[in-house]
Amino acid sequence: MTRYIIRRLLWGVALLILVSALTFVLFRILPTADPAKLRAGRLSSPKILAEIRNDLGLNKPLLTQFWIYMKGIFLHFNLGYSYYSDASVKSLIFSRIPDTVSLVFGGAVVWLVAGLTVGIISARRPRSRLDRASMGGALVLVSAPEYWLGLIVLYLFAADIGRLRIFPGAGSYVGVTSDPWKWFTSLILPWLVVAAGNAAIYARLIRGSLIETMGEDYIRTARAKGLSERRVVLRHGLRSAINPVMTIFGLDIGVLLGSSVLVETVFDIPGIGRLNYDAITHSDFPIVQGTVLLAALFIIVANILVDIAYAYLDPRVRYS
Amino acid sequence: MSVAPHQPLLRVEDLHVEFSTEDGVVHAVDGITYQVERGRTLGIVGESGSGKTVASMTTLGLTRSQGAQISGRILFEGRDLVALSDGELRAIRGNEIAMIFQDPLSSLHPFYKVGYQLIEAIRAHRDVTKAQARARAVELLGLVGIPDPSRRVDDYPHEFSGGMRQRAMIAMGLANEPKLLIADEPTTALDVTVQAQILALLERLQRELGMAIVIITHDLGVVAEMADDVAVMYAGRIVETAPAEIVFGGPEHPYTWGLLKSIPTLGGSREDDLVPIPGTPPSLINRPSGCHFHPRCPYAQPDHARIDPPLQAVPGEPTHHVACLLEADVRRRLWAELRAGRLPDEALAAAGLPGEPS
Repeated sequence: MTRYIIRRLLWGVALLILVSALTFVLFRILPTADPAKLRAGRLSSPKILAEIRNDLGLNKPLLTQFWIYMKGIFLHFNLGYSYYSDASVKSLIFSRIPDTVSLVFGGAVVWLVAGLTVGIISARRPRSRLDRASMGGALVLVSAPEYWLGLIVLYLFAADIGRLRIFPGAGSYVGVTSDPWKWFTSLILPWLVVAAGNAAIYARLIRGSLIETMGEDYIRTARAKGLSERRVVLRHGLRSAINPVMTIFGLDIGVLLGSSVLVETVFDIPGIGRLNYDAITHSDFPIVQGTVLLAALFIIVANILVDIAYAYLDPRVRYS
Repeated sequence: MSVAPHQPLLRVEDLHVEFSTEDGVVHAVDGITYQVERGRTLGIVGESGSGKTVASMTTLGLTRSQGAQISGRILFEGRDLVALSDGELRAIRGNEIAMIFQDPLSSLHPFYKVGYQLIEAIRAHRDVTKAQARARAVELLGLVGIPDPSRRVDDYPHEFSGGMRQRAMIAMGLANEPKLLIADEPTTALDVTVQAQILALLERLQRELGMAIVIITHDLGVVAEMADDVAVMYAGRIVETAPAEIVFGGPEHPYTWGLLKSIPTLGGSREDDLVPIPGTPPSLINRPSGCHFHPRCPYAQPDHARIDPPLQAVPGEPTHHVACLLEADVRRRLWAELRAGRLPDEALAAAGLPGEPS
């Protein structure tokens, strides 16, 4: 098992190096715009451009540039400096992580609870009216784009512009350390929007998985033991049915941590996604590059965690 | 002392179990009646799809969740299990009546340790601490012959061999010292040598614990080994029932003859060909008219396709019941011929019956 984890970690590192190289190709080699010009902004005179080229090392051979770039990332976690604000990308990203984590993990709790509840209820009475209604509703939610859903809930429930002024709307977000209650209330709508589509997907997944599991022989055994139906479903059925769902859950969290752009933009939450969005509009390449690498890191880590978790969830899986 | 009327441990009366499917109503169990005395073993024999498993699962109420329509009575110590609520039935399941199943690997939860699954079975019915239940789980594993039970209790099912898994299932069934153990094809998925061990284990446990056993099987060898009484099922009905020695010594139903002639015996000479039963078991949705066995019966007469035979006592044998339209003396002549090694056609001619119209 330990050997498996080590191998998995090494593989993750290799993947990260590959992604870093890829971003280098994407942002430095493929002709997009001259970094020096972007950095200089309106002040671009030939002299300043030359200075910038020198500072950023753009006049060195590509391979040397690549070496410096990779060394910076892996030894010092140096992702460069924003063209726009001069701040270090590392500090910008670190300052934004708590907000994205707040959004994603809160949303994940909501969608997991909602998805599990609806999925279990539907699976217990397949083809009942309740099942059909919830699966129909799920289909609608799956199909609704996040930004559209975000605007709709703001229109309906936001305290400033909503028809029913219940929850704080866009721009009300504050960090958890400054005012926990305000942090919580300001995130209710974003959480719901992040959760909606995923809750629907998870409800369908869990429903299908649980219906299949409830037909297994060991469920019959559990019933034959005289266990309560509740225990049969939750301890025996769900315990098996949840496995494939947990696999996807890990990946979804990883992906969302790196790419919650739409919801953060709609609700004006200053997280990674918002940072990325702003950087793209300003052609602030170092930040875009930094967030891309961060997203890759999240996904790779999530993948490894899922694989490890699998071995613990299913005792038959013992990687060698 | 007032004499209480004789009450068998389990008495099933006119039990019907039907399932509605898209293709029609499946008559899985079609009016069966049998009883099991305390400490005795009933063997229920039949091919796949004869309704033997459904009948037993219904005893435990396990077909309820599958939307079965159940009628008739299942009297366990005088209480009608069909009429009990789910909660009342649950208090009996795994407690007074336990069941073990065919495939021990798929019947144990793959994600929980064997010990956990045993402890769960104990604590479902006994108000004991986890430590006490665990001690009992170790004791049970030892009882069913698992070596080093205090260590193996923490194994997962996949770490057990097939025979050990079935032993663990039996241990789980015995957890609360049931009065009745229903064993559904307990040896079918196992190697032959392991089969014998499991049967010997069941017999030993029955002697030690005094429980009654219903053993469901398609294997007459298992029945010969275990059963005091035998019920032969065909197409959802019991077609013959009697004490085991009568079923093996003087069977009266052509289906039972077919079963007996289709198993190899060590004593029989090599020339005694095995005679398979022709055809396949009927659909339980569109069952044959008249005697359900007539399409496969070598001795069927034209009116057997019309008349549905009731299960009746054989003249002179009050414990022997058979559902067959042939006359009793004709049946005896036929069996005498078959036992002498004649083929069905020869027996038919020797008994002076007209052959099949075909």
